Order: sequence, then structure tokens, then C-alpha cells
Amino acid sequence: MSAKKEELRIGFYVCHCGHNIAAMVDCAVVARYVETLPGVALSRDYKYMCSDPGQELIQQDIREHRLNRVVVASCSPLLHEHTFRGAVEAGGLNPFYFHMVNIREHDSWVHTDRGEATEKAKALARAAIQRVAHHKALEIKKVEIHPDVLVVGGGIAGIHAAMTLANAGKKVYLVEREPSIGGHMAKFDKTFPTLDCAACILTPKMSEVGSHPNITLWTYSEVTKVDGFVGNYTVQVKRKARYVNEDLCTGCQDCISHCVFKEPKFADDFNEGLGKRKPIFIPFPQATPQAVLIDPEVCLNFKRNKNPDGSPVVGDKCKKTCVEACGEKHAIDFTQKDTLQEVKVGSIIVCTGFKTYDAGRSPAYGYGNYKNVYTALEVERLVNASGPTGGEVILREGKNADGSPKTPKSIGIIHCVGSRDKKTNLWCSRVCCMYSMKLAHLLREHTGAEMYNFYIDMRTPGKGYEEFYNKLLEEGTHFIRGRVGEVTDWAMTPEEEGRLVIRVEDTLAGVVRRIPVDMVVLATGLEPQADAGEVRRLFNMSCGGDGWFLERHPKLAPVSTFTDGVFLAGCCQGPKDIPDTVAQAGAAAAEALVLIDKGYIEQEPNTAHILEDECSGCKSCIPLCPYTAILFDEGRKKAYINEALCKGCGTCVGSCPSASIVQNLFDDQEIFSEIEGVLAYD
Amino acid sequence: MTKEWTPRIVAFFCNWCTYTAADLAGVSRLKYASNVRVIRLMCSGRVDPQFVLEALAKGADGVLIGGCHPGDCHYVEGNYKMLRRFELLKRLLADMGIEERRVRLEWISAAEGEKVKTVINEMTEQIKKLGPLGMPQKFETWDKEIEHLAVEVQARDAAQGPCPTRAAQLKPMEAVHA
Repeated sequence: MSAKKEELRIGFYVCHCGHNIAAMVDCAVVARYVETLPGVALSRDYKYMCSDPGQELIQQDIREHRLNRVVVASCSPLLHEHTFRGAVEAGGLNPFYFHMVNIREHDSWVHTDRGEATEKAKALARAAIQRVAHHKALEIKKVEIHPDVLVVGGGIAGIHAAMTLANAGKKVYLVEREPSIGGHMAKFDKTFPTLDCAACILTPKMSEVGSHPNITLWTYSEVTKVDGFVGNYTVQVKRKARYVNEDLCTGCQDCISHCVFKEPKFADDFNEGLGKRKPIFIPFPQATPQAVLIDPEVCLNFKRNKNPDGSPVVGDKCKKTCVEACGEKHAIDFTQKDTLQEVKVGSIIVCTGFKTYDAGRSPAYGYGNYKNVYTALEVERLVNASGPTGGEVILREGKNADGSPKTPKSIGIIHCVGSRDKKTNLWCSRVCCMYSMKLAHLLREHTGAEMYNFYIDMRTPGKGYEEFYNKLLEEGTHFIRGRVGEVTDWAMTPEEEGRLVIRVEDTLAGVVRRIPVDMVVLATGLEPQADAGEVRRLFNMSCGGDGWFLERHPKLAPVSTFTDGVFLAGCCQGPKDIPDTVAQAGAAAAEALVLIDKGYIEQEPNTAHILEDECSGCKSCIPLCPYTAILFDEGRKKAYINEALCKGCGTCVGSCPSASIVQNLFDDQEIFSEIEGVLAYD
Repeated sequence: MTKEWTPRIVAFFCNWCTYTAADLAGVSRLKYASNVRVIRLMCSGRVDPQFVLEALAKGADGVLIGGCHPGDCHYVEGNYKMLRRFELLKRLLADMGIEERRVRLEWISAAEGEKVKTVINEMTEQIKKLGPLGMPQKFETWDKEIEHLAVEVQARDAAQGPCPTRAAQLKPMEAVHA
């Protein structure tokens, strides 16, 4: 490349970032200080380095002042390193002759003394000047992208992402933990604010997924292992035994009606336990795939003990009328075992959704104690025509005089259960106000009951949402502003006898009120899935302090994660409603498409290599590499690194006893000079 | 040296968790002591014990290493490997008479901007109490002592003439080489 002992000509730029940096760091002082450092040919301060004129300034200076190194002191390198490398390259220099100093996130924004902050900026700048002198010209590696995509989670987010990609002609593996796709949305009756029926808009999409030639749908399956990196992931999926061959089952459900259990007996998860199912069942009528499954925990043909591999022992106690009913389809297979399948994909979209807050954690509201206290999800099933009661709202407890089930005459809906509370979850779940109003509307429609909504604040920031609120007001729903203190059955008047009393401070009227109702609905908030921690580790993502998966940047990279090639969509990233979820799923699919259609990804050249002459052949580096990138040449007794496998962590470099491993961009010389630089202030 | 002494702390932060957490602290406008100078590495596994020793030798009063929480390493387990080295390093530092509290390893995830603030403030306070480490000054003193010793030995040699036993030992060696 260039001459061996080229004269060092460093260009230094300190950015004001408007007032963001300049208010706390005296940029002119920093620039003047850096000017005095050895090797610095030019030092400037400028208002916005990342702007077009700022970048052009760098390019122009490289040409005019024959700069051969560039240092920019501005924001975090995680934000703009790429931008400035581009500018340096456009100026005709290798982009890796550049180093960036973070004097915004790590300095001006976190300090309060202008003198101290300026001193810190000087020290950091000096370190960068010393470091950049050792930089070498490097080349960016290109890695091919496998065109297939894995979508994890088959709720509305996963369904939409998978459909978008499949319609673009890409091959998608959609993995869903439950026996059917559909997620929470499949349980809803209507969706706010348009009140269109959830099933009517979701189920066509579900069956499209089921029959799409580009989608491989694996329900009742879980991702168990993820290896590799962007473009080349190897994913292991556990397909749980359903004891029914999915390919042979036609969904006729004859087996269900012929089961030896004449009546459904076991709590039905899909109906939130409000309904019952048999040991052989289909989660709900429109389930996709249309295949039944057997619950070995309750099926009589299985014993209660387990094989050494964890699978249940098949017995022979049952008459197996289901097998008879299935006839020559032979879909039922009691000997089915969990299987592991491996697929190769280039990118992954994680849409693992949420769980609702466990209402039992707020004992003052009496869930689990008073039978007529319901969670909102239970009520969704109750008002649903395909729900356990066929859409009839009948109370769990209490009968009319003639013995028929009782319908409520007045209903209280409590907002923000588990949300916006230091004791439970701090965040607003974003959907509760709207779904509470939707349920108020639906419950009134179904029962004609008097509706009371207890809210802290009404939050209706969406298209048509405020209008929906107004509609509810006009309908005569009572809105009472105040956090409910408790739900109790302790009656003080004859009118309250046998009913539930909601005690609340009406903060608008300034009085404590007791409102007797027949039914209480708890608008439970949204929480990260119980196993979000494990899922996060599986895909090497980060979580916020609240447990939601962390996006790379809240505004500029909202569906990317810190792991290249892994994207997020839906509520696993934070609470959101269906329109936002679908928009995000589309965005995640688009990000995956960017990778696939480009065909390759440029990788940081921060890989390590071994200086053969220095290597003593001690092999201590070999077991340290998590990617088995370090190999040993037995003939020459030297280790060597397969740079295609190296991810650039530098762990081997840090541990080599003979200092014979060099990591590009982070070699010893560079770091030692940076250490010296940060300490050289007085 | 007219200014009041404040600790100098060098920090090695991994790119994925702790450096990002420090960025988050910035974005959240948390305020903390300005004594820490951060050096970004891709992984805490890259931290060579020599970096820590070099920093102390060049005038740092403390060193902070920040990595991802165990199990969260972007490179699978670089942080564990750092932890192993760190345990050894601590013993070495103790043998050198350097207080254990001057060198600290912390797991800080990308979401823990608040922890960056508390750790930095805490560490700055602790080191303020410990006072300056002053390795460069100590090196100067030690160099002076060695120089002084050398002068003394030379003076003694000059007074006594070359050491007879040494000369006797050298002779046969030279003979061998010849």
C-alpha cells in the first residue's frame, strides 16, 4: 500500500452537535489543544459533523491537506461511525484510517461541570489521536446471506411477517409453540375501534399461511438451539408429539366425538379455562393446521409414568374408539415422539408476543376469590359466539329464581390492573383503555347491563380511538376516574346484598363511592412472556429492565436487535395494539428482505489472526474460541485462525501468552496507545 | 499540580452491553462523575490483564471493566473467560500491594444505564478515599533508588578494585569460548 514510513497527517474534527456537545464542552479549546499534538495536520470544530457539509469538509480536507488519518469527536460510534467511515472513504482514504471519540453520550450529556467535561474531551481526543496512528488499512468482508427466514411465533405479528416474506417469494419457516397459530388475536371477539370481528379478519390469513407453498408451518414446536450468525443461522426446532400425524389428519374431528369420554371434562386453555375439552381435541374450530392432538396427561391410553426420555408410557387400557373412528386414515399414532429438526436460515424474526398480568397478584380486586370477577381475556371468550357459552354472558356464580343461569345487570370494568403501578408494572399497556371500552360496548350489547368503567387516565391515541371513546360516552357508559381501592362482597345496604361492591375514590367528584355490580372485569395489562429470558438468550438479544426485548434503536432501528439478522415484531418488544403490531411485522419482513435481496452483508474486519513466527504452539487459545475458528497445524506446530468463522471478540487475543494473536481494529498497540492517551492529562 | 487531586479511572467496556449502557446513560441524561475514561472493546474477553497493569502503571488510580451479564455475552462466553483472568489478576495485584478495590469488574447490560451511573459514582468515591496510586511517581522514586545504588556500587568497586571472585569465575568461561 503506502510507503513504509509515511509522515503522519491526522485531521481532527470536534462536533458541536448544535448545543448538545457545545453547551458542556468547549469545542474550540479541544480543537486548539489537539492541534498541538504530534502528527496532527489539522484540527477544526464544526457545528454538525454528520451533516452533508460536515462530511464534505472531511473529504475536502483529505484531498487538500493530504490527510492520512481522521478522528472525529462527536456522538457514539454506535450511531455515526459508519457515516464517517463512509465520508473518509469518499475522500479517497481507507475507511479504517478513522477513529471516533464519544464526547456526547459519554461526556457532554452526563456531566455538569464545563471545565471537567472539556478536560475529559481533551483526554479522549488525545487517546484517539495516539491510537489512530497505529491504524491499518483493512478490507470489509462480504458474507453471503441464506435466503430462507425463520419466523418465531405465530400470532398476528408472525403471521403477517411470514405472509409478507412468502408473498415476496422467500421461503419461510414459521414456528409456533401452541398447537395452532393465531395467538392472542384468535381469542378476541371484536377488535377496536372498528368492531370488526377478529376471526373474520384473522382466520383467512391463518389458512393462507397453512396452505402457502413458501411457508413451512411447524406448530406445537419450539426453537431449542440457534447457532451461527447473520446470513448463516442453523436452528434446531423441537417438534412436540401431538400423537396425531398432522399430514394424515383431515380435521374431520370424528375421533373427538367418538372419544371414550362422552363429555368434555378437562379445562380448555384456549377458552381461558371457561370451557371444557376432551383428551383428544382441536384448540378451536378455525385452528390452523386443521389437525387434532392428544393430551397424554389425561388420555386413558397413556400411563401416568414417563419413559427415560421423558415421553409418556403408552398403555393399553383404553378402547381406543378414536382410532376406530379415524379408520383407514391412520392419523392417530400413540407412539409418536418429540423430534428435533434442523434448518438453515439467513435471518430470524422473533414475534413471541406477551402474556397478560396475573390478576391474582392484585388480591384487593378479588380475582380467584369472588367467582364473578373476570379477567378481560375471559370476557373476550365469554362474548365470543364460538366461545364456551356461545356468546351468552352468564355469570359463574348465582342463579335466577327459576334456576337458569344469571346474566349481569350491572358490570364494572377496572382499568390498569397490574399496569402503571410501582408495585407491579410501571408501564402503560397501551391497549387496556381501548379494549375496556370495547368490552363495555360488547357487554352492554349482549346484556343491556349498566356499564361502569374505572380509569386513571383515558388513553386513546390512535386513529378513530378518541371517536370511539365519545361513542361510548354517548351510549351512556359511566366513566369514573379513580384507581379502584378494592372489590368486596361486604354489603352495607340491602341493595348491595349478594353483589360485588367496587370501592373507589371518584377523583372528579372528590368522594369515595361504593358501586354495587354483578360482574367485575379486570383489564389486565401486558407482560413479557414468562420465558422471555430464555428466548432472549437463545437468539442472543437484549432485554430492557422491564423484560421486553430491546430494539437496536428506539427510533431509527425499531425492529432490529443488537444481533445482526435477528429482528423483532409485535408485543415481545413492548405492548402495542394490532395495527402497530402488523406495521412492525411488515417492517421486520422488509428488513429481512433487505438482507436477502442484497445477497450479502458487509462485516466489520475486526477478526483476529495469528503471527506465525511468534506462536509457540501452546494451544491455550484453541478451547477459548466459542466458534471453533482456531485450528492447529500439527506439522508446523502452530495455531491458525479461520477468519471466516472468527466473530472478532478478541478473547483469544487477550489470553495469548506470547502475544502472537492480533485483532484488527483492536490490536495491542492501538489499545496501549489509547490507555496512554486517556491518562495523559494533568 | 495546583489542581485538587481527583481519581483517574480507565474503563474497558464491551461494545454490546456496557458501552451501550453508557450510551443509554447519556441519552437518559443521567449525571455522574467525570473521572472515568472509557475504552471500547468488542468483548470484555478482550481485556488482557496487561491492559489493566499498563493503565495503573501509566497513572490510573483505578480500572473498571464492564461486560455483559453471565449468560448474555454476545460472543457466548467471553465474559466468563474475563472473569477467570480477573480472579488471577486480583491475586497478582494483591501481591503487588495494590488495593483490591481499585480494580473492579461489573456486569452491566445494555438496559442498565442507571447502573453505569451508580458504579462510576461509587468507584470514584471509593478511590477518592483510597487516595492516588501514583505508580508513575513511584517508578520515578524506584528508578532514582536504583540509580543511587548503582552509583554506590560503582564507587565501592572503584575503591576496592574489581571483585576477585568474579574475575576468577569469568576467566575459565572466556577460556571455554576461546
